[in-house]
Amino acid sequence: MKLTDQEVRYVADLANLRLSNDEVHRMSHDLGEILTYVEQLNALDTTDVPPMAQVLSGETETATLRPDVPHAPLTNEQALANAPMSGAGYFKVPKVIER
Amino acid sequence: MSTPDISSLTITSIREGLTSKAFSARELTEAALAFAQKENPSTNAYLLFSPERALAAAEKVDEQLAQGAALGALAGVPLGVKDVIVTKGLRTTCGSRMLEHYIPPYDATAVTRLENEGAVVVGKLNCDEFAMGSSNENSAYGPVRNPKALDRVPGGSSGGSAAAVAQGTAVVSLGSDTGGSIRQPASFCGVVGVTPTYGRVSRYGLVAFASSLDHIGPFARNVEDAAAVLRVMAGRDTADSTSASTPVDDYQSQMKQSVKGLKLGLPKEYFEGLGSETGDVIHAAIRQLESLGCQVREVSLPHTEYALSCYYIIATAEASSNLARYDGVRYTIRPDSSTLSDMYRNTRGAGFGTEVKRRIMLGTYVLSAGYYDAYYRKAQQVRTLITRDFSNAFREVDALIAPVSPFPAFKLGAKVDDPLAMYLSDIYTLTGDLAGVPCMSVPCGESPEGLPIGLQIFAKHFDESTMFRIAYHYEQSTRS
Repeated sequence: MKLTDQEVRYVADLANLRLSNDEVHRMSHDLGEILTYVEQLNALDTTDVPPMAQVLSGETETATLRPDVPHAPLTNEQALANAPMSGAGYFKVPKVIER
Repeated sequence: MSTPDISSLTITSIREGLTSKAFSARELTEAALAFAQKENPSTNAYLLFSPERALAAAEKVDEQLAQGAALGALAGVPLGVKDVIVTKGLRTTCGSRMLEHYIPPYDATAVTRLENEGAVVVGKLNCDEFAMGSSNENSAYGPVRNPKALDRVPGGSSGGSAAAVAQGTAVVSLGSDTGGSIRQPASFCGVVGVTPTYGRVSRYGLVAFASSLDHIGPFARNVEDAAAVLRVMAGRDTADSTSASTPVDDYQSQMKQSVKGLKLGLPKEYFEGLGSETGDVIHAAIRQLESLGCQVREVSLPHTEYALSCYYIIATAEASSNLARYDGVRYTIRPDSSTLSDMYRNTRGAGFGTEVKRRIMLGTYVLSAGYYDAYYRKAQQVRTLITRDFSNAFREVDALIAPVSPFPAFKLGAKVDDPLAMYLSDIYTLTGDLAGVPCMSVPCGESPEGLPIGLQIFAKHFDESTMFRIAYHYEQSTRS
């Protein structure tokens, strides 16, 4: 299993990651090696094996819902406190729509 | 008062010291902070100390003492918290540049519950970035050194949590475990580390890595302290819908019941190819358990060899999704960018370290169009098989005994350039996370070089009591 630099750049785009050229080369080597290793799973016959949904399902009461009771959420100020840029009660980002 | 020797305290001895007025909680906290600050440069276990919060908690304990009120189960106990667990008003970095200035607006449920019982948070502990690593060398704030051998790694990802307890700068600490990140560092540093059943401890406030595998668990210098911390944290929390409502046992009293007649399984796949450096110590521990009256037999977990592949597909897939939130909008870091798309890419390119990028890339790849069935769905099927291996074994035996790691603590830098070799550190631990069973590491001896080695115990879902019982009796029998 070998990943080309072009494939690595495509995946990096999907993941919204800016990678340097060096990082791209390194990723194509490392990911290729790991993907080769995990190919061992193909040796296992998993016909009729259900994929895991929740590790405790059926065993205990879990993944249950809480009562639908309103409670106080974080304040607007708290929610914005860590934002790199905010104003007028909102997160600010670079302009998306040109006028 | 005499200044207590911080590095030898236990939860019980702290309680005795407080009630007999040998020291106040404030004196203890001041001494603990001073000791931790003095010792920290050698290991880099702490990223932050929290004297204000610690002293405020200590004052509360001293008031209760003065009023003759009942003390909490963890009154005055110095606690370190892994820096992937959020603490209100206390910077929480996850070992990442991405969160270098992040001040959480709330506390994790586990921390709240421990503080409600009197625990004193003394600081935040170093770890691999977003808990991704097996050596603590992936922290953006420098590696942690193993207090038992300073040229070696403490293990990871909860390296700071293990090192602080081993060094004695915290009496107990919290870590998180997704593929072995509590048990492996506990083994490398010679302390007790516990990964409870999935859903036993609320994940609310644990910064998400792989949500179906993430656990919070305690580190301590003895089994009883670890059990005491887990008991306080465990139980249903409505803020985490995967937390279980199964009642929490009284671990400390149940673990004192005899182990005579308990059936222990040795999964043969965990011993094939195990070197004598670790194997001799593990086999001696098994003989010790037999001498305590346990019945030992071989069992098989036939899908063990597929666990690493299964894990690295599922964990990275979940991580790629969970870490999408670090996009430059909400979490403190945003390099100059003129478009929205640049903002995302620049933020994530600059904020994440190499291993985190590698895992986001792998996770994105295995979930991408055309590959989902071949990788992700296949891995989830294999996870079912691995989980069945455990339930089949637990029809024959009460618990499983195995090594924690194929080797003791390795030297700093030894595996840093070879991700696959690093991942192989976790082959004996990540199965426990995949199956969601409780498991722990208890110190069981040293390698010929004098490096700590841990014994791993796995038990059935929600049967932490049996796991602690075996660990407790083993520990007691080797102490006298």
